[in-house]
Amino acid sequence: MQEEIFISGRNIPHIDPYLEVWHFPISLYLFLGGLAAGIIFFASLFTILKKDKEVPTTVKGAMIVAVVAISVGLVALMYDLTHLLYVWQLYMTVRIESPMSWGAWVLLIVTILSFLWVFSYSTEMFPKWDWKFDFLKNFQAYLIKNRRTLAMILLPLSVILGIYTGILLSAFNARPLWNTSILGPLFLTSGLSTGAAAIILFSKSHYERRLLSKIDLALIILELGLIVHFLMSMHAGSAVQIEALDLLVGGEFTVMFFVFVVILGLIFPALLEGVELMGYKVPVIIPALLILMGGLIFRMVMVEAGQITRYLY
Amino acid sequence: MVIDTLKCVGCSDCVVACQTENNVPIGYCRDWVTESVSGSYPTIELELKSERCNHCDNAPCVRCCPTGASHIVEGGIVLVTADECIGCGACIESCPYDARYQHPDGYVDKCTFCHHRLEKGQLPACVSVCPTKCMYFGDLDDATSEVSELLKSRKHKVLAPEAGTKPNVYYLI
Repeated sequence: MQEEIFISGRNIPHIDPYLEVWHFPISLYLFLGGLAAGIIFFASLFTILKKDKEVPTTVKGAMIVAVVAISVGLVALMYDLTHLLYVWQLYMTVRIESPMSWGAWVLLIVTILSFLWVFSYSTEMFPKWDWKFDFLKNFQAYLIKNRRTLAMILLPLSVILGIYTGILLSAFNARPLWNTSILGPLFLTSGLSTGAAAIILFSKSHYERRLLSKIDLALIILELGLIVHFLMSMHAGSAVQIEALDLLVGGEFTVMFFVFVVILGLIFPALLEGVELMGYKVPVIIPALLILMGGLIFRMVMVEAGQITRYLY
Repeated sequence: MVIDTLKCVGCSDCVVACQTENNVPIGYCRDWVTESVSGSYPTIELELKSERCNHCDNAPCVRCCPTGASHIVEGGIVLVTADECIGCGACIESCPYDARYQHPDGYVDKCTFCHHRLEKGQLPACVSVCPTKCMYFGDLDDATSEVSELLKSRKHKVLAPEAGTKPNVYYLI
């Protein structure tokens, strides 16, 4: 038996008794970043495949959602910075070793390109809106002509953005729950799935909803597989990782993780989508909202539980 | 840095000296003392340790820092440039020793091995005040230095070696 205590009275705010440096805004950002990455991925993919006319919501309405999500996510991210006035230092350097550094760059580029994307569709979406200046109209015409090029740049960037939300956490070997490389693919899959759910939520076209439901179903099955993989890697991990797994299996996050994320956020909406694809009528809003809720709670659980896991004390 | 756990009495003088020397805000500390009891009665063992940033060779905080505010200076000390720190908390998350904290002014702060004192040829504040002289500070790269000699002659350990950070604070046991 070993017992270790501080005898010099250490009780640093946000560090003791357990780490609480990253709060809800970070979870929210990871969720919105993944969601935006998902929408941008599908919009780019369908544009490259020249199917953009068949999925109008994906390339138009949903991209507005993506732009809003990414902007709110950025604000949330900045809200959690404690030395905010120096935020420009992020863009004074590129550090390949630090996921946050290249992630910030990717995020900046994706945000700008997504705004350009929405701008290129703005006249089509809001015919009454007039951009007044000629150079703006010329620029819009130029963007419309080069939409496929834009999509080709955005497709890999959206994948990087989706993976980045997971890699950001898995880069920290000091937090055993995060320190597994499966987190990148897992967060990417979850991001793509929430992105598809958001498109389904806003789409009015039956064909589009059905297509994305099928994609979403496949993604959810893949995500469930990755979660099993994640739990197995923890179970077969080092002592600190086995301890970390106890938080999710039998510990204080069990209900949040298994009931709200796995069952209500993945299995139940997958069943509903499956039933709908078989021809039964299910209000599309239910599975879509459940998937979005599950995605957000998943990130909250991971951010909060991860910070409790540590090596010492 | 080498700390003799057999000589430490856990008086916390090092903690107070650090707080005074470095003007550490109230409620915060850059070093701390732990007491660990192991074994079961009647064969129990008590170990006292003064802990702080380990100024790791493979520092995860330096690797994770997105701006380069966390850096290793000549001699191996890990420092934070307050004007480059954005307060993202990545380094705090990455530290297996939880040696860093967000200063009330926003930037991230930690033990500097009293870099400002070293430049003047003085010892870190914690080392200089230790009443039992259980702390030794010196150049581990110099094979003839006091710290190197101690590590050659005494049994020692580091904290959480499994985290792979190659820490530079050694404990004589």
